[in-house]
Amino acid sequence: MVSDDVNVILATDCGSTTTKAILIEKVGDEYRLVVRGEAPTTVEAPYEDVTIGVLNACAEVQELSGRQILEDGALLRPADGRRGVDIYLSTSSAGGGLQIMVVGLVRRMTAESAQRAALGAGAIVMDVLALDDGRLPHQRIERLRELRPDMILLSGGVDGGEQRRVVGMAELVAAANPQARLGAKYKLPVIFAGNVDVRPQIEAVLGSVAELTIVDNLRPTMDRENLGPARAAIQELFLRHVMAQAPGYSKLITWTDADIMPTPAAVGSLIQTVAEDQGINVVGVDIGGATTDVFSVFDGVFNRTVSANLGMSYSVSQVLAETGLDNIVRWVSEQVDRATLGNRIRNKMIRPTTIPQQLEELKVEHALAREALRLAFEQHKLLATGLKGVQQVRDIADAFDQTRAGEESLVDMMALDLLIGSGGVLSHAPRRSQAAMMLIDAFLPEGITDLAVDSIFMMPQLGVLAEVYPQVAAEVFQRDCLVRLGTCIAPVGHMRPGRSCVEVSVKETGQTVSVSAGEIALLKLEPEATYNITAVPARGLDVGAGLGQAVSRSIVGGVVGLIIDARGRPLVLPADEQQRLATVRRWQSALAAYPDLE
Amino acid sequence: MAHGYTPGLRITDNTIIRKRRRLPLPGSVLVEAGQAVQAEDIVAATELPGNVVTVNIAHELNIPPEEVSRVVVVNEGDHVQAGDLLAEVKALWGIFHSTARSPVEGTVESISDVTGQVLLRGRPLPVQVKAYISGTVVEVFEDEGVTIECHGALVQGIIGLGRETYGELRCLVDAPTEVLTADLVDDDCAGKILVGGSLVTYDTLQAAVAAGASGIVCGGINDTDIDRFLGYPLGVAITGQEDKPLTLVITEGFGRIPMSDRAFGLLRDHEGQRASMNGATQIRAGVIRPEVIVSHQASVSRQAEPLQEPQLAAGQLIRLIREPYFGLLATIVELPEELQMIETESKVRVLKARLEDGRQVVVPRANVELIEV
Repeated sequence: MVSDDVNVILATDCGSTTTKAILIEKVGDEYRLVVRGEAPTTVEAPYEDVTIGVLNACAEVQELSGRQILEDGALLRPADGRRGVDIYLSTSSAGGGLQIMVVGLVRRMTAESAQRAALGAGAIVMDVLALDDGRLPHQRIERLRELRPDMILLSGGVDGGEQRRVVGMAELVAAANPQARLGAKYKLPVIFAGNVDVRPQIEAVLGSVAELTIVDNLRPTMDRENLGPARAAIQELFLRHVMAQAPGYSKLITWTDADIMPTPAAVGSLIQTVAEDQGINVVGVDIGGATTDVFSVFDGVFNRTVSANLGMSYSVSQVLAETGLDNIVRWVSEQVDRATLGNRIRNKMIRPTTIPQQLEELKVEHALAREALRLAFEQHKLLATGLKGVQQVRDIADAFDQTRAGEESLVDMMALDLLIGSGGVLSHAPRRSQAAMMLIDAFLPEGITDLAVDSIFMMPQLGVLAEVYPQVAAEVFQRDCLVRLGTCIAPVGHMRPGRSCVEVSVKETGQTVSVSAGEIALLKLEPEATYNITAVPARGLDVGAGLGQAVSRSIVGGVVGLIIDARGRPLVLPADEQQRLATVRRWQSALAAYPDLE
Repeated sequence: MAHGYTPGLRITDNTIIRKRRRLPLPGSVLVEAGQAVQAEDIVAATELPGNVVTVNIAHELNIPPEEVSRVVVVNEGDHVQAGDLLAEVKALWGIFHSTARSPVEGTVESISDVTGQVLLRGRPLPVQVKAYISGTVVEVFEDEGVTIECHGALVQGIIGLGRETYGELRCLVDAPTEVLTADLVDDDCAGKILVGGSLVTYDTLQAAVAAGASGIVCGGINDTDIDRFLGYPLGVAITGQEDKPLTLVITEGFGRIPMSDRAFGLLRDHEGQRASMNGATQIRAGVIRPEVIVSHQASVSRQAEPLQEPQLAAGQLIRLIREPYFGLLATIVELPEELQMIETESKVRVLKARLEDGRQVVVPRANVELIEV
């Protein structure tokens, strides 16, 4: 329960370029977002003090809300009438976030578990070293030296298992004597979360060269992961060492009423809270200028990945490099001048704050977003898997199944209930239907899936709030953060061109629509109103209840509506250029996605 | 944003330039505060620990790791030459014996009876930091480095490639609109920093490498040419570590774009003088721009131009940095306060500007860059 004394909450997110502040107030019995303010982050020269940016963002909140929250360059607390705030919280990803190097024994086993622990704690994993990484020992040492991480997570061996090789990896770390990224003179934090039996040897090897923290094994047995202690240690060290070295953070830490969290850890925490509270499977994505984070919770198992070089501005050229011009152009409904497109994308990279002025530029930007999201999600599916190396009992029915134990992704698009998009290109798309199409085209949801976007990118602040007051965070998340776009119904299976794939009826409005293979359709519904729908797939197709089985359920209307996507999975665009243009125009017109396609 | 700012590149003939020169590891500072230094003088030095080579003694001699300490003939800290004996096992009264020898020259760092490995560390690797700019040492950080200060001309680029380099400035074109073609590069370009106009091509880059030029400064380059020169696609704008014999500074962007008159004029004014140049670029947290610097002689005492926070105002010269006007120059006519809807249906803050051909256009404020006059 929230204390009666907490009526006004201020939370900031210190990003690499912008510091964003939100003000939440209790209005009657409800907590609501009041205003949001922002200012450039001031971690870099000439300011070199993060609190200047925080105060500037708070000054904007003060100006917009009419509530006095600053006095003599400090936060005014507690709240008294129209003055002050009761609690202040913050997240941070400034200065490049938390950068970790992961060391384990086997790439797909302990090293992968360690990678999951680091990612879950909100880190960017710079590299993964393992015995089977194809590198020679001296190459691993060179890599450790050149990368200068914030910390190293060392794992390896189940409890009571391998010892010698674990110590061998620790010896490599000691020999490399890697230097911390921030602060030339302090010892690099190393977390050991491996076989408990080798702790004395690890202590002997690393104790004098690194700031060593020993926690429970993150893979105590082959069939069990225990990521909590390693994650907690990472976040503790992030605060104690990394943040303490960053300009101004020692002051900021004294201002906050709870620990400062790495931004992605806060977003992950919020998504986990939502999945748990509602008992649903959730995928969340945050596409930024430099990186794209993907979070998923399937059957209670949380995973996070970060694609460090896929983004919409600083890293936009990497999207082009990874996917190629053809994959980008295929989503645009008009002819694009390919000769100049490469230069245009590169110019966006070097001038990242510019915005599309022409419609065609906007469509290209949305095409790039689809590819960045698609690639980031592919990477996520590869890591969000079961535990590898686990013996499973197989029966005769599995004899011809080529999938190895633990190889299959936990991501099951048919079981997905809610897909949340966040980040400028999704949250600020001029039409919400553009955001809905980008999410559908990139993630290809199957069956019945709700779609939403983070209205003003406040998930980080709500994530850190969820650590202290989960109820308040959940309330504001539902009321003010999430913009419900609508629901997507996508039948899966063998589709015959031109034949009807699914018939959807809405009880309250009496609407019925039948959608043919290769088409997408939209039913407008009243936002926030509840509707009972029935989807009847054609024979051989599935919308969630099995082949040819109808599904009836209630849904909540969104700002876009009910989208019936019978384009098939995977989505295939015509190879012929004229046919492709006509198809993309038809699809985008169906959702009135752009002013020239209504 | 309440405290927004418009990013721009610095192009100035006379400013105070400070460069912090630090070692990656603690070492020795070789200069004193107040000392005058030349750009290529070494101001600090240290040694990085040498590379590590592992020798798996247990594996080589086919013995359990815990027996390794019994059979090694060297101690931690010993210096060994390549081929020196590290460990020996004798069997059958010495009739059979197996040996493990050092593959490299180095020092025995550790002998482990857990892993059965001996770690050998090679010779230390010297690291030297140069002054980079000619000027005066104004600050000394004990064991770490110094700050050098000078009065000088500074041209910042938008993106670059390659490391710090030095050379005499030489203009190969007469106007900023001209393309720097390969036939303009001759043998006299060796060791020099070449100045081009609107575009540098792949062939020109190759010709400059062949002629031994130190660097090239130019307005634009095509994305396909930069990828071809690098040998891989340029994905993220974090550069400076490329292993290329030529440093490149692009002042305007990708495509054929004339170098700004101010940058071109300034570089031409300093033709024949020695310059320092760095292609390192980082366009995310901790912005680093590539640059060309010409230090003024210490005897030339001029008032440095004050550094002003750029602010948009009517009458100011701007460059439009997004389609459909990318690369064009204009003068601000009006700065309407209210948000306006543009073609994409986004509501943004805009400005009205007059292009050089007389047309008046409305563009988002995010899509302009101030030009220092």
